[in-house]
Amino acid sequence: MKHLLSIADITHLEAVSILNTATELAKVSDTPMKKLPTLRGRTIVNLFAEDSTRTRISFEAAAKRLSADVINFSSKGSSLSKGESLKDTAQTLQAMGADAVIIRHGASGAPARLAECQWMSGAVINAGDGTHEHPSQALLDAFTIRKHLGHGREDLEGLRIGIVGDVLHSRVARSNVLLLTKLGAHVTLIAPPTLLPVGVESWPVTISYDFDSALESLDAVMMLRVQLERMNELFFPNAREYSRYFGLNSARVKALHPGAIVMHPGPMNRGLEITADSADSARSVIVEQVSNGVSVRMAILYLLLAGDTSIKAGN
Amino acid sequence: MNTVLSAQDISRALSRIAHEICESNTGSQSMTLLGIPTRGAHLAFRLATLIESIEGSSVQVGTLDTTLFRDDLRLKAPRALMATKIPPLGVQGRTVVLVDDVLFSGRTIRAALDALGDIGRPSRVQLATLIDRGHRELPIRADFVGKNIPTALSQSVRVSLTEIDGVDEVTISDLVSS
Amino acid sequence: MTNSLRAIILKGGTLADGSKRDVLINDGVITSVSQNLLSEGADVIDTEGLILLSGLVDLHTHLREPGREDSETVLTGSQAGVKGGYVALSAMANTSPVADTAGVVEQVFRLGKEAGLLDVFPIGAVTQGIEGKILAEIGAMADSVARVRVFSDDGNCVSDPLVMRRALEYVKKFGGVIAQHAQEPALTSGSQMNEGIVSATLGLKGWPAVAEEAIIARDVLLAEHVGSRLHICHLTTAGGVEIIRWAKARGINVTAEVTPHHLLLTDELARSYDPIFKVNPPLRTDADVIALRSGLADGTIDIVATDHAPHPGESKECEWQEAAFGMLGLEHALSIISQTMVETGLLDWAGVQNRMSIAPAVIGGYSDHGRGLEPGSPAHITVINPKAPYRVDRDNLASKSRNTPFHGMEFSAQVVATYFHGRKVFSNGRMA
Repeated sequence: MKHLLSIADITHLEAVSILNTATELAKVSDTPMKKLPTLRGRTIVNLFAEDSTRTRISFEAAAKRLSADVINFSSKGSSLSKGESLKDTAQTLQAMGADAVIIRHGASGAPARLAECQWMSGAVINAGDGTHEHPSQALLDAFTIRKHLGHGREDLEGLRIGIVGDVLHSRVARSNVLLLTKLGAHVTLIAPPTLLPVGVESWPVTISYDFDSALESLDAVMMLRVQLERMNELFFPNAREYSRYFGLNSARVKALHPGAIVMHPGPMNRGLEITADSADSARSVIVEQVSNGVSVRMAILYLLLAGDTSIKAGN
Repeated sequence: MNTVLSAQDISRALSRIAHEICESNTGSQSMTLLGIPTRGAHLAFRLATLIESIEGSSVQVGTLDTTLFRDDLRLKAPRALMATKIPPLGVQGRTVVLVDDVLFSGRTIRAALDALGDIGRPSRVQLATLIDRGHRELPIRADFVGKNIPTALSQSVRVSLTEIDGVDEVTISDLVSS
Repeated sequence: MTNSLRAIILKGGTLADGSKRDVLINDGVITSVSQNLLSEGADVIDTEGLILLSGLVDLHTHLREPGREDSETVLTGSQAGVKGGYVALSAMANTSPVADTAGVVEQVFRLGKEAGLLDVFPIGAVTQGIEGKILAEIGAMADSVARVRVFSDDGNCVSDPLVMRRALEYVKKFGGVIAQHAQEPALTSGSQMNEGIVSATLGLKGWPAVAEEAIIARDVLLAEHVGSRLHICHLTTAGGVEIIRWAKARGINVTAEVTPHHLLLTDELARSYDPIFKVNPPLRTDADVIALRSGLADGTIDIVATDHAPHPGESKECEWQEAAFGMLGLEHALSIISQTMVETGLLDWAGVQNRMSIAPAVIGGYSDHGRGLEPGSPAHITVINPKAPYRVDRDNLASKSRNTPFHGMEFSAQVVATYFHGRKVFSNGRMA
């Protein structure tokens, strides 16, 4: 594993190894000394061409706990917003000696372009690209699900997980479908037909247009952020109708079976796809997702950067 | 390949180390054994059992992974982390006995001392090893040694334990240069 | 025009119909086609084992001049054309300024004459600024020195049905044709690639087949209603082929083209996120490629047109959604048609000659072209070696741009010489 661009590129074994590594690294957060010397002297660039405070901070915290030097390069005030090309940016980062670039970009495939065009030699980590993928989010979601529902198992075999909302525009959904099914879970996508991509029939998932009838069979409900602008693009009539059919409210939380968990990648539109009481209910692991994010991202950085990736890992 | 320690030799060596640890630590109450994965961890649990039967009371035992603190990470392929399990009473103010299978350059022990330092401040740290093969690169020595085996740098020492390898033995072989 | 004082004999070549003949050229005109030709003082060129076709005609070329001379000029486009075996190109109107006045089309026409390697026939815009609102000065362009007969807003669709109706009616005055870029804009706002399994995975905004087919269906009905002539640019979908087949059976005066890249490549290539594969209309699926090939074989699709679309490096060395649409086509079109149509047994060389020379010349009204290798015809001849395998190298192109999606691919048939009015304008990898 040289880069982390898409969940499609990693094997079941690699995914489990990331989750196991994250489990060990999570213990560091419980010790008085939260810093490890592991990536001392390594330079990691946070290249955020799109606003995302939480993902950037999470990666930054992960890198710093491993003692890497972190350079933040975000869209406001950077040359990226001044029309500098991705190629020029990459060559600049190469000249600066970046060992890894964590990239968030509005264009699907931008991290893949960065990794494959030989403009720079460092590792590329996709922190969310357009409507394509968000691999580290899926890994932290899988980590959170395994922790609550895994019962000591390494993967998610047999768990039933619902992903609800704007699948069409969601990179979180794409990465999660790939990862959760790779780890053995059954995934149901619950959305209005307008917010499912044409071609979704080729995905290894069940499709449902009816949230209520899908509810009781689910072990975890993952709510997706819905942007209100979609209303103007005719994906649904208005916010009220969307919430009525696809929002998570306390009645729906009650209909979940005991032990089921409620997730959201954030940032939430409270009142649209999730009501405040559902987000703050005892079932909700939303806040924990954030803290797990740091451990999972530490694991990603450790596995990509600590060793010499040109050598194949033994057994 | 030469077998330098048989199962019986290993058993005798561990038994002796257990007694030496007890002697140097008047009692096991303030002592914590931490084995370095993988084989050092199994040795630590065996020593704990032996010490418990000598002392007649339970011993704090756990594992300490040194991977994140190693100075040779960048020279090797990425490696998976091993479990670190610190027993309930922790390390603060206690005597920690690090347990490893082979003492060689001393770099693993240096990493272990760093890892330990991030967990707490033991009053004293000791080192037990089944084999000391020499060739130290750091000023580190073992307090308890099962057997000193003089080796050439071109040789490899392998400790096999029934828990993972199905057999207890220590062998030496010449490294095939590739 | 011609500079050859001496007669030329192309000896022993195979014509489109499979017969072996010698071709005698005098003063730029084919004067005799027969066996064992002897002519005192003629230059004899051995074409044994080679195929001689009526010179290729492209009905859809972006030469970028005026305006984007950094990506192509009429001269470099002409050089790419003759290297690909073409003797006539049709310069699309979406230049800067747009070719929507007699002045611009005459400029392009003159630049073609100055380059002198082949004929450049300007295509006029249907609407002012190809904005789809107000008709361009179609009559003035038709009456200009360039004598424009093909009109297209290519790059944009003439999406307003009333504008399309009026344009179709208006060109009847001089027997013109409207070449429609079929793309319903409301269904393709921000679209990046074919909408389907691959776009769903890649998270690139989909471009549904129906956006193309709906316009084709509407326009064949409009053409029928007003009794005019319609040409559909770059057909890409199986459904589009079906609609054209239906329209032709109904007697509607419609013709259609397909590009070499849509006959060879599919949307699977987008998985690399390399925008070299980004093109408008987009690469479709395997099933579409099969339908296009069989449509071209049975004549539902009349012609091959390249949609040669040069772009400078920076337009492709970027994120997919930032990149320009379009790919080069002129230099490898014949090789690709050989691979996809001839080597698969779908079309013989007579079929290739029809789809790449005779039929496009008829549609464009290029009376000097597409006349076959007959005595009395202008000596426009494309010489092909069907067994000369080569690998495409983007660093060795005649075009000013290097955005070829075929880089690294191997083809077996190769254009080895091109004659324009009896003059060798290209041979053996070198310009004349």
